[in-house]
Parts: sequence; structure tokens; C-alpha cells
Amino acid sequence: MKPAAFEYHRARSVSGAVGLLTELGDEAKIVAGGQSLVAMMNFRLARPEHLVDITHIDGLAGIRREGDTLRIGALTTHRAVEKADLGDFAVLSRAMRWVGHLPIRTRGTVGGSIAHADATAEWCLLAVLLEARILVEGPSGRREISAEEFFLGPFTTALEPDELIVELVFPRPAPRAALTEYADRKGDFALVAAAVDLDTDRIVLGGVGPVPAVVRGESYTGTTVRARAAAAADSLELRDEPGISAHYRRGLVRTLVERAYEEAARG
Amino acid sequence: MVEPRFRRDGAWVGASVPRREDPRLLAGRGRFVDDIALPGMLHAQFVRSTEAHAELLAVDLDEVHAVPGVVAAYTAADLDLADITALLDRPAHEFVPTAMPVLARDKVRYVGEPVAVVVAKDPYAAEDGVEAAVVEYAPLEPVVSDLGALAEGAPLVHAEAPRNTLVDVSLFATEGIDDVFAEAHTVVEVRTKTGRQNALPLETRGVVADWDDRDEQLRVQTCSQVPHQVRTVLARCVGLDEKQVRVTVPDMGGGFGQKCVVGREEIAAAAAALRLRRPVKWIEDRRDALTAAFLAREQRYVVRAAFSADGEILGLDADVVCDMGAYSCYPFTAGIEPLMASAEMPGVYRVPAYRVRGRAVTTNKAPTAPYRGVSRPQYVMVVERVFEKAARALGIDAVELRRRNLITVFPYTGVNDITYDPGSYLESLDLCEKTLREEGWFSRRSDENRVIGIGFACFSERTGYGSGAFAQRKMQVVPGFDISEIRMDLNGTVSVTTGTLSHGQSHETTMAQIVADRLGVPYDRVKIVQGDTDRITYGWGSFASRSITIGGSAVAAASVKLGDQLKEIAAHLLSGDPEAAVLEDGGVRVGSSWLPFAEIADVAYLKAHLLPKGVGPGLAATASFDVGGDGTFSNATHGCVVELDPGTGGVEILRYVCVEDCGVAIHPQVVEGQARGGIAQGIAGALFEEVRYDEAGQPLAPSFMEYKVPTAMEIPDVRIEHLETPCAFTENGAKGAGEGGTIGAPAAVLNAVNDALRHTGVELDDTPVRREAVFRALEVTR
Repeated sequence: MKPAAFEYHRARSVSGAVGLLTELGDEAKIVAGGQSLVAMMNFRLARPEHLVDITHIDGLAGIRREGDTLRIGALTTHRAVEKADLGDFAVLSRAMRWVGHLPIRTRGTVGGSIAHADATAEWCLLAVLLEARILVEGPSGRREISAEEFFLGPFTTALEPDELIVELVFPRPAPRAALTEYADRKGDFALVAAAVDLDTDRIVLGGVGPVPAVVRGESYTGTTVRARAAAAADSLELRDEPGISAHYRRGLVRTLVERAYEEAARG
Repeated sequence: MVEPRFRRDGAWVGASVPRREDPRLLAGRGRFVDDIALPGMLHAQFVRSTEAHAELLAVDLDEVHAVPGVVAAYTAADLDLADITALLDRPAHEFVPTAMPVLARDKVRYVGEPVAVVVAKDPYAAEDGVEAAVVEYAPLEPVVSDLGALAEGAPLVHAEAPRNTLVDVSLFATEGIDDVFAEAHTVVEVRTKTGRQNALPLETRGVVADWDDRDEQLRVQTCSQVPHQVRTVLARCVGLDEKQVRVTVPDMGGGFGQKCVVGREEIAAAAAALRLRRPVKWIEDRRDALTAAFLAREQRYVVRAAFSADGEILGLDADVVCDMGAYSCYPFTAGIEPLMASAEMPGVYRVPAYRVRGRAVTTNKAPTAPYRGVSRPQYVMVVERVFEKAARALGIDAVELRRRNLITVFPYTGVNDITYDPGSYLESLDLCEKTLREEGWFSRRSDENRVIGIGFACFSERTGYGSGAFAQRKMQVVPGFDISEIRMDLNGTVSVTTGTLSHGQSHETTMAQIVADRLGVPYDRVKIVQGDTDRITYGWGSFASRSITIGGSAVAAASVKLGDQLKEIAAHLLSGDPEAAVLEDGGVRVGSSWLPFAEIADVAYLKAHLLPKGVGPGLAATASFDVGGDGTFSNATHGCVVELDPGTGGVEILRYVCVEDCGVAIHPQVVEGQARGGIAQGIAGALFEEVRYDEAGQPLAPSFMEYKVPTAMEIPDVRIEHLETPCAFTENGAKGAGEGGTIGAPAAVLNAVNDALRHTGVELDDTPVRREAVFRALEVTR
């Protein structure tokens, strides 16, 4: 479990990082908290020839409130979000307890989690749930990608190889939203994760497909929470997989959506 | 420091004194194998089989030699080492040995089997070298389950083992047992399959080996529970004699049995060091530890039990199949699990009729070794399920049913020809139930809005297996005794050897406490010497909860002998009667006079002309200890409260109570640590961990993402209560305390889960408990 040889580069600015990515090409990878990438490198499942370390770039970490918008810098750790007082964005802080264990939350970053694009990752679900925009910078400047268009498949995103995530932009407060999950062990990737926002009636599910799955709740407005949860579960196309049947996964969806609704209603 | 519960006035034994190991370990100044760095040291890694079952056509290392940093690479043919073969003295229809080559030859039998060793200047280059190896396989159909192994026409893992059966022994068959079952009021049956587990020491396996020209010795520093057995096997494999191999053991981060057998990699790394005449280090990485290290515990039971109408158990009829993987381990063989289950299954109950067949089958999975508890976590679980099922069938409370059948008169000789020394079987059950009742768990169990269950497990555990007990297993290599050599030096300080070996159990503290009481010196005046084959006469290391019972007895006996020498010399110097001399306060009192040990040592070494006639210079003694009878039985009752989540199938342990009796506890805090750690491993087996393979024999749990070790988040606080039934024939009254936690937990947890499911009609008897199964059981009632 020792990685294959790679060359280490330290970026001092976002444009410097983009420059390195452009110069080094496809064999370069960004490293920040390293909580997913380094483990994959140790297993030699990932073997980038170049690592561009962005942790020394000033200004990439931090949480800023601008009117109704919340901007979270890519280098912000999960732990920093967990500890922050985010007011009507508190759903983000509350959700962080589901992210791995404390040491992982202390090193892992918001941008890294989004870029890694695990379909059960809390940040991916939250970004889709709250219709966040992902601000990225490439050789031709900055652009924003909506979360729903960002995640293309398991570990696959709309990010170009020479682009860097700069910021996650949440456009409006979500005072009545919640995320909840189930796994046999606390801290594991969820078997199923469910996030809901009562104000938009949006349900986002993890663990039921290649990307966070959006179930729009408009059609169920007015029905009971239990009925909505059942409808969300029934709307999914699921297959039996080794160790977990479609029936069980559907049951987890039903339970977790219900519980997310209850938690969101409590605020 | 916990309050000493057993401390006699002024005694060290029974006091939870500060651990001697703690200052260095807590400050990060311990020395583990991976902390060792020798000049010019190289690093080994292994080319491992990617096939579960295949003929090995060619191992091409040409490209490996070309990798920058690689110094050497060897196949089995290059190293030409003798195989590792463990034997039982049993006829061919009962036991088929397997020759385990150090590196695979001709055939590979599991994914992860070492095929070649690569030695490089650093561990990174070693892995680069491993990647460059080209191995050609001709795949064979793999055998990936016990039932698959036994199936008609199954492929053979070893050509010499028909039906893939390595052990097939029927130890007991009480005459007339079929009639007992035919005439019984009630017969219950339990079918159980337990998951394959990894003992998972925090420190993975590892070794540093180098050849020393001055001592003409291959020096091996390895993290092993059995250094002398490593010496013997290594010497045999590489063709050295015993004096040419020195095995020492530095600090260890656990073993749990996985390191009480001889590993192939430590032999191969040492052989490479011998050939290269350079130090070679091998540190097992976690992926290899999870897939290629010795595993354990995958067993299948079909057990029937007969009961009378008033709940008396009349007979037990058991069929046990253990999936031992690809090879027998040294020295225990693949018989370790089936023979343990067969010999001990009746356990704490008065079972008048018993029949058992125990089999070990070989499959294309990583081989197995003893793991803390060895079969007892499984058969205790099965027998405790028997009692729960019988209680339901008979309409008798399950705790009451146990009470009616527990052994209460000691010594008791069972239907399994084992004599149990006194224990507190009934008392521990009563106290455990009372504790949970007083804490209010039985009323919470009745809450209609919650799904709560309470489960119990009663068991005893043979500890201190002497030579006689192991000889009954018919091992060709018979462990059992221990030898201790003690010496007093100038200043009256003491050093004492033990053939046992602490790999986390605090022997530097507890053995010193034993010596301190016998000699009347503070425990910090005593140095324990362990884990060094040059300094210690042949020892058996630490496993089977033998260290304090047997090693501690030898240390005590040696201390007494040394004390007698001290008394004799002191009486002479003080012109008193040796019979009247007593050891006291770091010296010898004879009548009204007192002589400190330092002055006696001064005479023994520096003024030998003052010694009594016939007494030679020096202060040293040797003693050995063996258990003559069937060993001594620790016992406990575990009680567990779980709550199930109908929405997810989740299982949460709300409370765990352990009432244990290990005789005299040398150091109660250490005993509690052993119980807690053991319970965590038992819970792991009941609810979380499983080494699974796919149909091609590929391991499905190569990392901690898939192999679900519970963390502090899943393991509850455990309330531990102590009872004390001293052992009559160990030197300190102690019984073993190393394994009990692991033994009781699976049964208590599984019974609690099933108790919570009592209204569903569903019973779950396999481990680990699948949450989906819990979900489905509760779904209908939701």
C-alpha cells in the first residue's frame, strides 16, 4: 500500500494551479485534504504522475455570507463547516456529522468532496438539494456550473481536467432542510442517504444511482409525509445487489425520507 | 487506577498498580518491529497469487530485477526452502496433513498466497518490483465454501485430501443417544453459520531479519506470540540448527492468535536476509493483513438437543464443519477449531448424553489460525441458542431453564471426559440477571413502542491447557509447560524469565507483581525477560489464556526457590535457623535480625567465601510448571440489551453487563481491559465483521471500507462485575482471563436480537446478523 512514484507540485495561487494543470495535462491531479485520493493512490487504484497541492493557496478556505447567498471556499474543511454558526443554512453544519469520522472531517475539504463525486457523499447531496452552483476556474477564466449538471456519473463530473473548483455557492437559505443516512457503522458511506428541503419540496437521495437522485415533490404536495416518502421510494428503479436487495434499499429510502422530513420540520 | 477488588493486605497480587509498560508506550517510546532500522536494511514485499486456485505455470521475475531500487527477487525454486507441515498423531481417515510451502510451488490455493518475494531499497521500490512480476496461471475451479468443498465431485484443493476433508473426528458418541432423542419430550435444533473473521491485531505482522557473522546467527526480530516455534520452523526451513537462529520479539500491538502460528512471510524474509547477508524488513500492509493473513471462525453447526418436560437437558448431538482455508497452520493444524468445539461443547451444563462429529474442510481461501476463544464463541452461541429455543418450546423462562441445568457441584466430570474445577456458574447468572433487572431493563423491554430484547450467555472456558490436555488433541508438537529462570543481582534486584510473551497483556507488570509477593520486594525491583530465544529456555509463548495460569505459576515457583536460597544464606550469616527465616521488606528476617537482599547478594557474588558450606556462588533458580489435570475453568455470564430499528434494521446495543470469574485477578484493571477488548471483538463477530469471497474466490473485503470493524461509536460501555473462585492448583489461584470476553459476546448479542424479534416469529441464527434480515423480520409488524 505504497503509492507509485509521482511528482509533487505546490501551487501558490488559483491561476498558478490552473497553469500547472494546463502544463502537466491529464496525468495531473489536485490534492487537498487527500482523504479519498491518497487512499486510492496507496492501493495504486489511482496513479497520477503529478500531484498539484492546493492547500497553500491563500483565500480558498472560508465561509462568506452575502445577502441570501452563502459561499464556501473549496479548501474549507468539513469540520470548519460543522463548527460554523450558519443561521438559516444550519442544515449544512448539521449534515457534517455524517461525514466520516472526526479526523476525516478535520482534513477533508468541501471542494475535494464535490470533485470526487461519490454518489452518496453528503456535499454532493446538499449541493443538488439546495441547487448550489459550483464556481470553477480554468485557463479561459471562471464559470459556474449548477450542481445538477455537475455530477455526470460515479466519480465523474463536468469539471475539465485543467479546471479547479474555487467555491460552492448556495443561492438561498434553507431553514427547513435536513439530511439523514443509514449505514451499519457510523462514519461509513451511506447505504442510503436522504436530504429534503420543505420549502422547495425537493428530495435528493444518495445510494440509489450513479449520481445524487432528485425526486421532485411537487406532485405530492398536501399528502402526508409517510405518503410522500413511500411515493419517493416507489418512484425509484432499483436492482438487487450483492448483500442488499432492492426491497431493503427501497425500505431504507422510505424510512430516511420520512425521518429527514421530520428533522427538517423541527428545524 | 481502578480500586483493587481482591487485594490482600500488603499484597501486590490483586492490586491495580500502574503498568510498567505505560510510560514508554504512552510517550510513543515503545519499540515495535516497524520502529527497527538497521544499517543497510532492505524491504521485502510479496508477489501474491491473483487466482484462488490455479496451476502455477511460470513465475517470471526478469522485469522485476530491472526495476530501479530492486535488489533481489526470489521464487520458491530460488530459495529452495523446506515446507511448513503441522501434524496430528491421528490415522489417515481422521487427519490429512498439508505441506505449506513458504512460497507457492506448482499450485496456488488462495488469492494472496505468496508466490515470490521482492527485496528492494525501500518499500515503494519493493511494490514497484511486485508489479513487474509476470505470473502465468492455469486456473482451476475454486472451492469457495464448506458445502462446496464437501459436494460430490468437488475439485480438490489438495490431491491427497479426498472430499477436501483435512480432519474428520467423532470424539464422543454416548451409547443409546438415539433412544434418548426418540423418547425425549422436546427436541430443538439449531442451524448456524458463522462468518469468517480476521483477528485483526492493530499492528499487522512484520519481521526484521539479518545475519550476524560474529554470533554466526540469523537474528530475527518478529512480532510473534511464539518465538521458539518460529525458531524451530525457520531453522528447519532454511537448514540451520537451532543455535544459529535467534528470535526476539519487541513490543507488540496485539496478536489474538493470528501470530501464534508461524507465518510464511517471516520465513521468506529471513531466508532472503540470509542469502543477501543484509538486513531485510517486511511489514505487512493492511490490504495483505485483511486478505492474506491467517483468518478464523467460519463454521457451520447443526445441533440438536433433547429436553425433558421439566426442562432437563438429556442429550446434545452436534455436527460441526469448519472452513479452514487452504492449509493447516503450524503447530496447531486444521484440527484446532473442530477439535476444540468437539471436546468442549457441553460447557457449563450437565449434559448426560453427547455425540459429536467435527470436521475441518479445506477451501481456496486464506488459511486459518486460532483466534481468541477458538470455536468457543461459536459453540457457546449455538448452545445458548439451544437454551433459548428450548425455553420457548417448553414455556419456561430461559434464565430459569439455564439454572436447572448448570453444573453446581464441583469438581464435575462431564460426558466429554473433562473434569471442571470449581466455578461460579449459577452465581454469575444470578448476578447478571439481577443487575439488568435492577437497572430497569426488563421494564424497558416491555415498552410496546420500542423493540428491545435482552440476551444472556453462560459459559466456562478452559484455561491453562497443560501438556496433558494438548496431548489429548494428539498434536505431534505438544505445548503446555512453562520454565522460568530467576536471578537476583547486586542491589537485590531481580530478573526473571518467562516462556510466555506479552503482546499487550501487561506481563511486565503482572509477572512482577507475582514475584514481588513471593520475595517481598517492590514490583519495580523486578525485571521480566521475555521473547528472546537466546535468553529463555524453550517456551510456548502466549495463547490459550496460558500466561498467568502456567507462566505465572512457573515464575512463582522459581521465586520460591530463590527465596529459599536467600533464607539459607541469611540464616547462615545471622547464625540463625533457616526454618525460622522469613522474607520481609526486601530482606530476610531471622528472629530479631534482618538482612537486606542487597547484602545477601553482596555475599553471593562478591564475598563467596562467606557462603555456607555446600552453597555455591550466585543467586539463581529454575522452576517449571505444567498443569497435570484438565486445566482450570474461568467462567462468566454476559447480559446484553439491544434495540432494533424497524425502519432500517439497525441494531443498537443499549447495555452490556459481564459478570466474570477468573479466580484471583492479579491486576483487576488488566482483567477488565481484557474483558472489554474481548467483548468488542465478540460484538464485531455477532454484528459487523465478515471476510467474504465471491464465487471466483476473490476476497471482497480488502480494506476497512468493506471489512466492518466496529469502532468506539458501535461498542457500548460495559459494566463488569467480578466473582472470585480461586483455582486450587495454579500457584496464584488465578485462572486465565484473556479470551472470555470474546467467547460470551456473540451468544449474548444474538440472543438479545432474537429476544427483540420474539413477536415476529423470525429467528436469526447466523452471524454476523444482517440488518436486512432484521428489517424484513420487523417489516410485517411495522
